Amino acid sequence: MNTPANLKYSKTDEWFDPATGAMGLTDYAQSQLSDIVFVEIQVESGESVAPGKAIASVESVKASAETYSPVVGQVSEVNKALSEKPETLNSDPYGAGWMVKVAGATPGSDLMDSAAYEKYCAERSH
Amino acid sequence: MTYIPISARERDAMLATIGAKSLDDLFRDVPAAHRFPKLDLPPALTEMEAAAELQDIALSNEHTRGDLISFLGAGSYNHYVPAAVDHVLRRGEFYTAYTPYQPEISQGTLQAIFEYQSLMAALTGMEVSNASHYDGATAAAEAVNMAFAQYRGKRRKVVISPSVHPQYRAVVRTYIQGMGVEIVGDDPQGDLDAGPDALESLIDDQTMLVLVQYPDFFGRVFDYTKVIAAAHSKGALACVITNPTALGLLKTPGEMDADIVVGDGQPLGIPMWFGGPTLGYFTTRKSYVHKMAGRLVGETIDNRGQRAYVLTLTAREQHIKRERATSNICTNQGLLALASAVYLSLLGQKGLRQVAELCYHKAHYAAQKLAAIPGMKLCFGDPFFHEFTLCLGRPAAEVNAHLLEHGILGGYELGQDYPGLKEHLLIAVTEMNTKEEIDTLVDALSEASHD
Repeated sequence: MNTPANLKYSKTDEWFDPATGAMGLTDYAQSQLSDIVFVEIQVESGESVAPGKAIASVESVKASAETYSPVVGQVSEVNKALSEKPETLNSDPYGAGWMVKVAGATPGSDLMDSAAYEKYCAERSH
Repeated sequence: MTYIPISARERDAMLATIGAKSLDDLFRDVPAAHRFPKLDLPPALTEMEAAAELQDIALSNEHTRGDLISFLGAGSYNHYVPAAVDHVLRRGEFYTAYTPYQPEISQGTLQAIFEYQSLMAALTGMEVSNASHYDGATAAAEAVNMAFAQYRGKRRKVVISPSVHPQYRAVVRTYIQGMGVEIVGDDPQGDLDAGPDALESLIDDQTMLVLVQYPDFFGRVFDYTKVIAAAHSKGALACVITNPTALGLLKTPGEMDADIVVGDGQPLGIPMWFGGPTLGYFTTRKSYVHKMAGRLVGETIDNRGQRAYVLTLTAREQHIKRERATSNICTNQGLLALASAVYLSLLGQKGLRQVAELCYHKAHYAAQKLAAIPGMKLCFGDPFFHEFTLCLGRPAAEVNAHLLEHGILGGYELGQDYPGLKEHLLIAVTEMNTKEEIDTLVDALSEASHD
């Protein structure tokens, strides 16, 4: 399982990059979902997001999940290419698989660092 | 034989768990007088006696195969159903109350649904079809659901033509209760002559869907290309409700750039059956497949390289997506979808066109003769397919009563749904109506006009 140290993680398996404002689905989440066949980004540039608000809907061959924003902020950019190639979420969840970028957001204390998130994932797989 | 699977011990354990002393104690809230009401049934009959009595009751029905000449349509049409349709339906492999979806045991059923989907997509000029809904009205309501899901509730207005089937409009209204969706445009007392151009001014950036019918409820055929373009220019989707028989002859809604095509499959090999059950078809563009409700069968290759059929894209369905799904309907009308697939396969493209042409020409012969009766005329000047609206110059209910005395099931009384159309009769003519029958109708109506 890949959990880059520069990112912050939510309990609902999203990552947030404080340096770029990007967010997406974690490596753990994509491996649990298996082959992702559909993604729909549900927010547009300029829209406000907050924890608990869905930013995307994801379908794999066996499941369907919503992705929530880990932070409060305003959407500055949406990864429009993702819906054409949803498998990117499997192959490169932290790179080309970014979903949405927000401007001026700071991660809240409820977000985990990579070590805490790894532990959180390990606990759930038992 | 009763089938109550619990043992006395299990029953007592369950009663003890919920704190009831006995079975009588459990039902004590039901007043004693209502627990075992006297049913007042006649003495039991033998099977032979019961069959005779039921036959007697059935004989008081007047049906369209011999008793009555029918010109009644309005959504359910009297077409010939080839014998092979029923024969295939009654095969034990298909004749089941529940559609088995497991690919390991259901290749025949799944292939039949796949063929049905392919036929409906081709017929409507669209890219993808689901495995069917309950009937045309619920399929239309699912189109509204899909549009709602497409805009994720950000658009909440539906523009509906007043000449969409009144029962379809009622079902759509039932479905949208509590969704905060507004319906505009379908006032039954509005201008019914206006046609689709009148809808264009109602479409705005809050509109999620424009819903029209082809041919419309009054039988008229409009090219909806312009109103669909108007919907698209505001970012809205457009759905066309169609009669599948008409598509054997007319331009498809796909060619008009519709986003969704729905309708009732009853004309395709399903008897009128006192109004149901029928079949709702739903076709759309591939880009909306993840928002489409219902089952979807796809073709694939199994682990031996053989062609195989499976349910596909199931993650978008309600049993997985739960409250986030487009619809809470996730089943299909399996047996009747099979009937339509068999019907279309038997007729083929040419056969369906022949049926459509027969309907068209017979309807136009009838219309021409009827409009020549003094005091009667065609109410609308627009082109029509196999159904048209006749202005009688007197109440339609009276005229229908007169026709019934002559063994004719007349048309649909439009005043039931449109208060301003009390003297308007909607007349359907299919390949089943002979020239003699049409002439009988003309004679009976001429007589009525002299009264």
